[in-house]
Amino acid sequence: METAEPILTAEGLSFCFGKNQILTDLNLAVPTGVFTGIIGPNGSGKTTLLKCLNKTLAPTRGRITFMGQDLTRIKLRALARLMGVVPQQWETPFAFTVQEVVMMGRFPYLGRWAGERQEDRMVVREAMRATNTWELAERLITELSGGERQRVLIAQALAQTPRLLLLDEPTSHLDVNQTLEICTLLQTLIRTKGLTVLGVFHDLNLAARYCQHLIMIKDGRIYAQGAPEEVLSSPNVTAVFGVETVVGAEPFTGRPYLYFSLNRRQEGAPGGH
Amino acid sequence: MKVITKYRLLMVGLILGVVLTGLVAMSLGPVPIRFPLDSFQSKILFDLRLPRILLALMVGAALAVAGVLFQGLFRNPLADPYILGTSSGAALGATIAVLSGINLQSLGLSARPLFAFGGALLATALVYYLGRMRKRPVLTIMLLAGIAVGAFFSALTSLLLFFRQEEMAKIMFWMMGGFSYARWAEVRIVLPYLGGAFLYSWSLARQLNLLLLGEEKAHQLGLAVEQFQRRIVITASVLVAAAVSVSGAIGFIGMVAPHIVRLLIGPDHRSLLPASALAGGLLLLLADTLARTLLSPVELPVGVLTSFIGGPFFLYLLHKGRSALD
Repeated sequence: METAEPILTAEGLSFCFGKNQILTDLNLAVPTGVFTGIIGPNGSGKTTLLKCLNKTLAPTRGRITFMGQDLTRIKLRALARLMGVVPQQWETPFAFTVQEVVMMGRFPYLGRWAGERQEDRMVVREAMRATNTWELAERLITELSGGERQRVLIAQALAQTPRLLLLDEPTSHLDVNQTLEICTLLQTLIRTKGLTVLGVFHDLNLAARYCQHLIMIKDGRIYAQGAPEEVLSSPNVTAVFGVETVVGAEPFTGRPYLYFSLNRRQEGAPGGH
Repeated sequence: MKVITKYRLLMVGLILGVVLTGLVAMSLGPVPIRFPLDSFQSKILFDLRLPRILLALMVGAALAVAGVLFQGLFRNPLADPYILGTSSGAALGATIAVLSGINLQSLGLSARPLFAFGGALLATALVYYLGRMRKRPVLTIMLLAGIAVGAFFSALTSLLLFFRQEEMAKIMFWMMGGFSYARWAEVRIVLPYLGGAFLYSWSLARQLNLLLLGEEKAHQLGLAVEQFQRRIVITASVLVAAAVSVSGAIGFIGMVAPHIVRLLIGPDHRSLLPASALAGGLLLLLADTLARTLLSPVELPVGVLTSFIGGPFFLYLLHKGRSALD
């Protein structure tokens, strides 16, 4: 499936927070131009991994390579032109308009005194159209619902015109309709713009439906990575999430679909902190 | 665009307000002004009232801009140099400069603002790092740290004054905040600090906007957050030091002025900074004019007046915004 160089790789990546070892010796590759999902139980280190990959946290050991360059050597401003990040939860008490917030995605392109150029306005408008936030343009960010705010954040990340989009549970505040819309939008961007998307997913079936590549994490280590059909096998899901699993097919797309049941013999779910 | 038109309207209104209030303030005072001016009247007008008016405008602007910077830094619209203890730090520095009689005239510098800057920087840095102990700045910790640091520095100042009682009345009066000693010399001290720090802040307007989205988001959008925050701490300390060294600790202008402006035109720093500077100047000029005319010929310390108005305003905001700000 993946022909080009992976856009992002990690070798021997470890991260400790104080005495807590959160990530241990991760080796992973994010293929270029596809939708990759990170899955794993709560507390398995998914968000920490994402923060290492977007340079919010500095790994304790190991090396991350982004677009052929050592991540530690890429300046933040240059990185922000290549990588957009959509956090899981975000709000601000300051009443910016939606358009102002999305325009901030152009920050890495603007000089200190320079005003916004025609090009910046066009990129912003396109990003807002794509995420259905254009009609919210003059609304205040403080007055939006969680789902609307999430779409504004995606618009802001798209306004950075990145090559790679990182999302931390992008659909956790959305209803089923919005969830499908956002995921379909991401798929479209991958097809039309050659964007690469790396998202943390809580919902395994959503990941199975939209991702071409999955990275499965358990206790800060990689348990499996590869095509969803291989990664989301019944033994893997049982081992990582502690639930009995039957793998079926999703009727609309034919992708894997998981049915879960608690395994009574195995007490509690493993993998939590 | 709506926001831009509002901003222009506000700026025109503020400039008109400043000019009109300035003219009214020129005409008010124990000495009546009649045209044509005699030399005594013109001395009153141009050597006493005019520099005093300009100084009130400039100190108000400096405090308001410092307030905007602190509010961006702490991501909290309630931050204010007085509440955060920065003013107390500056007051301690300035007191040390006065009591020690250090003279830097040979270097072409006035010792008071420099020492005030040292004190302001120390106090702000302390509050900033104390407030960050919980990863993200939390309102309660920030306020408590501000109170503790402010009390500590004020106690040090009191201690110094205790040993130099002959200077006490003069320094106490200055510390309550006021412009009764305002002359052209004070205007010349404040102007370069205010002008430089204001222009520098304005050039960082876009970065300040990013900071309001939170440190992590700002980082992801390409801002080197910690380095930027250090610059803000230093710039705000310069502004507070300049203000305090000529007029003592004047509270709440730094919170009230930006707050009103934000309500009118939103939080974008590109317009918030200049409009807040004007609004802060106008507010303090109004307060000072009231302070010297209410009980004329006795003058109230203007800092007492601003705290009388600002204190309840602060409590009101705290009450209203509690759920949103925690």
